[in-house]
Amino acid sequence: MHTLDTRLKRQNLLDILFRSITRLSAFAVLALLIGIIITLIIGSIPAIQAFGFGFLTSSEWNPVTEQFGALVPIFGTVATATIALLIAIPVSFGIALFLTELSPQWLRRPLGIAIELLAGIPSIIYGMWGLFVFVPLFAEHVEPWINEHLGTLPLISPLFTGPNMGISVLAAGIILAIMVIPFIASVMRDVFDVVPSLLKESAYGLGATTWEVMYQVVLPYTKIGVVGGIMLGLGRALGETMAVTFIIGNAHRLSASLLEPGNSISSALANEFTEAVGDLYTSALIELGLILFFITFVVLSIARFMLFKLAQREGRGA
Amino acid sequence: MNAEQTVTPKLIVKNLNFYYGADRALKDINLTIPEKMVTAFIGPSGCGKSTLLRTFNRMYQLYPKQRAEGEILLDGQNLLDKKQDLNKLRAKIGMVFQKPTPFPMSIYDNIAFGVKLYENLSSRDMAERVEWALKKAALWNEVKDKLKQSGTGLSGGQQQRLCIARAIAVKPQVLLLDEPTSALDPISTAHIEKLVDELKKEFTIVIVTHNMQQAARVSDFTAYMYLGDLIEFGDTSTVFTNPKRKETEDYITGRFG
Repeated sequence: MHTLDTRLKRQNLLDILFRSITRLSAFAVLALLIGIIITLIIGSIPAIQAFGFGFLTSSEWNPVTEQFGALVPIFGTVATATIALLIAIPVSFGIALFLTELSPQWLRRPLGIAIELLAGIPSIIYGMWGLFVFVPLFAEHVEPWINEHLGTLPLISPLFTGPNMGISVLAAGIILAIMVIPFIASVMRDVFDVVPSLLKESAYGLGATTWEVMYQVVLPYTKIGVVGGIMLGLGRALGETMAVTFIIGNAHRLSASLLEPGNSISSALANEFTEAVGDLYTSALIELGLILFFITFVVLSIARFMLFKLAQREGRGA
Repeated sequence: MNAEQTVTPKLIVKNLNFYYGADRALKDINLTIPEKMVTAFIGPSGCGKSTLLRTFNRMYQLYPKQRAEGEILLDGQNLLDKKQDLNKLRAKIGMVFQKPTPFPMSIYDNIAFGVKLYENLSSRDMAERVEWALKKAALWNEVKDKLKQSGTGLSGGQQQRLCIARAIAVKPQVLLLDEPTSALDPISTAHIEKLVDELKKEFTIVIVTHNMQQAARVSDFTAYMYLGDLIEFGDTSTVFTNPKRKETEDYITGRFG
């Protein structure tokens, strides 16, 4: 009895220790997050004091006169990420649909591996490929077409008129799309794969087509995973630095046109930190970082809210 | 049960063979399924009863290595014919599975899903159809106040009746039930069995079951299968009380299987 008692006591102690360790790890994440936010806020205080709210609305960026505004990089970040997702989501859905439902068995593995390899290519390679291969082709063949056809349409024409030189917000967005497709596609494929075959058979059994089964049954069933995959891609698109720096043109000039060069938050940071002399310049850059952090936070919140709304429409919350 | 009734054949299976790759899972099956009656397929696991059921709506076609040879005539038309439109076929032959499979949408939308594939109903007509199907599936009283809630929130037995309602909402002629009560408790099972008895007034029902008592309770005709062969087929009371074949007797008396 005595030995059993001590053994139980030891196990109990181990259990408490184990629980404390896991709790510590979980709280470490939280502490890290708060620490980063605080550091960013402290770092950006000089810029916040100097420019206030105007920092968000001003497109001026002049290190010489120390006048800084974040509108151009904010627009560039949001625009490139949006373009990337607009292209990447449907393409990834198509890839995942083909891989899980339509592809012959022998093709699934090689295609799946190819997608995972694409995800593993370092972003600098995408940047170089984009600059040396994609951008010239884009300037020569795609941009003239866009100017001619989309640039003459009412309402959206300002978005699509500009110089045919390749380097642009639009080109950066397209490269970003190529970079995030493997992430979104492989997550989508993985979540589509775990849909019970009985559920799909039930829909097929009613006479639904592959598209109807995927769009109306599989997609709602997997929506949390799908949104997670899209968020993963969006996170990469918002924060991607090297590839965008190569292609976006790094111009602090505000233009409505997607064919004009622009700047994004992360590429501004990468390009300018080394040359940032003076506290205000550095502080402005740190505030840019804080804004990027904030954008990511808002986007994640919107995603959560969307999932909540979807669940409500489906009847779970009602 | 109704052995003396005149029977009209609904499905006629002729020399049906089925292959999983190189494995022959059904061997020269010949069988006539009578209209507006319940036909049960019984037999030990792996005997091919589910496989046979899944040839009737060509569900096997989802899987590349599976194929069927022979003929299955639905009102005289060979449904294995390559020219047979799959979606039209599945509008005529509905199916319910081993486990409840409510779609991740509201109860109402679960029923409307299949109907929308074939008919363009006004919202009033659709509401009527949903109510009709839920009443037929004996679920209406339990869910009429929560049609907008998710179908996945129902109990297992309710979910299975939802699936039956979903299948009959498209007004099929034949209803295939693949072990519909294997995941349910005895009370829900009794519900479903009572329902099957009601539904056979309007639909031709084929049920696969592991449970011999269930086959005896609900079916008019019984087919006993073993290792891909149809051993015996006849009206249920005869098969259970006076089987012609020794193998059938061994199985239903529990000496084997």
